[in-house]
Amino acid sequence: MWTWFHKLSSPKWFYQISSQWLPWIACAAVLFLTAGLILALAYAPADYQQGNSFRIMYIHVPAAILAQSCYMMMAVAGGIVLIWRIKLAEMAVKCIAPFGASITFLALVTGGIWGYPTWGTWWVWDARGTSMLILLFLYFGVIALQSAISTASGAARAGSLLALVGVVNIPIIKYSVEWWNTLHQPATFKLTEKPSMPVEMWSPLLVMVIGFYLVFGVVLILRLRNEVLEREHKTNWVRKLIETPADSSVNTPAKKGT
Amino acid sequence: MYFESFEAFLAMGKHGVYVWSAYGLGLLVLSLNVILPVLHKRKVVAKQQARLRRENHKKRAVSQ
Repeated sequence: MWTWFHKLSSPKWFYQISSQWLPWIACAAVLFLTAGLILALAYAPADYQQGNSFRIMYIHVPAAILAQSCYMMMAVAGGIVLIWRIKLAEMAVKCIAPFGASITFLALVTGGIWGYPTWGTWWVWDARGTSMLILLFLYFGVIALQSAISTASGAARAGSLLALVGVVNIPIIKYSVEWWNTLHQPATFKLTEKPSMPVEMWSPLLVMVIGFYLVFGVVLILRLRNEVLEREHKTNWVRKLIETPADSSVNTPAKKGT
Repeated sequence: MYFESFEAFLAMGKHGVYVWSAYGLGLLVLSLNVILPVLHKRKVVAKQQARLRRENHKKRAVSQ
């Protein structure tokens, strides 16, 4: 068990194993997103109240779900950094933050685009929207704090601490639609109940959510691999990897005379 | 298929602008997230290769 953890946290092992995972996850992501888009745009029936604007849900909801679970993953990685000081976790905190910020931004903007034809306004300071905006600022804070500190491990520890403190915001986002009387509608799906909409309406959402998670997997692996190459550049295996252009995973033509 | 014609599909009732801009933005955000680290990898590798070459130069200069 412990050897497994040790192996999993070794940047070298991660770099090697992730090159095997990456094509599969990438293919699955393309497959799920394509299927999800076709189902969501062409096959799902229009909502009887909102018409076709409800199709924005298939972008908005996966983005919002991922924005929050990205944050949780970043915070868990942050906890690992603070307790065990595992290098790969330090890299994960740094690599999750930009993706999380962009996906939170997507959730907010698509919320506005959906809100305009539905509520007649782009933005209201309701509890759900505001707590998501705070989430975006938390991501920005983690990114800014990390870039302000010059040593990689110091930056990771500071970012991890902020990420952990910000976890307070996650239950606020989740229960905002229940605690306060807001314009935002309550959750359409609960793990414990049967969905209240017909199957051709909720199945595209499920496919899109899986597709979004797969894209997150691809992006996280890509970013982590870059980070490993940068931070482990003094180790022998990275040197060898970079020196031999025959390796298919590093296929940049070496320019001479630059 | 929910829509009767391609025009109806593009129009999305009265909500074409909203639906298509939301989906366009979604695709843009996801694809940028994938493209940027791929481009960054080239930079990282080029930088490390240049550093390795410099180090090898130094070593050779010292040994001569």
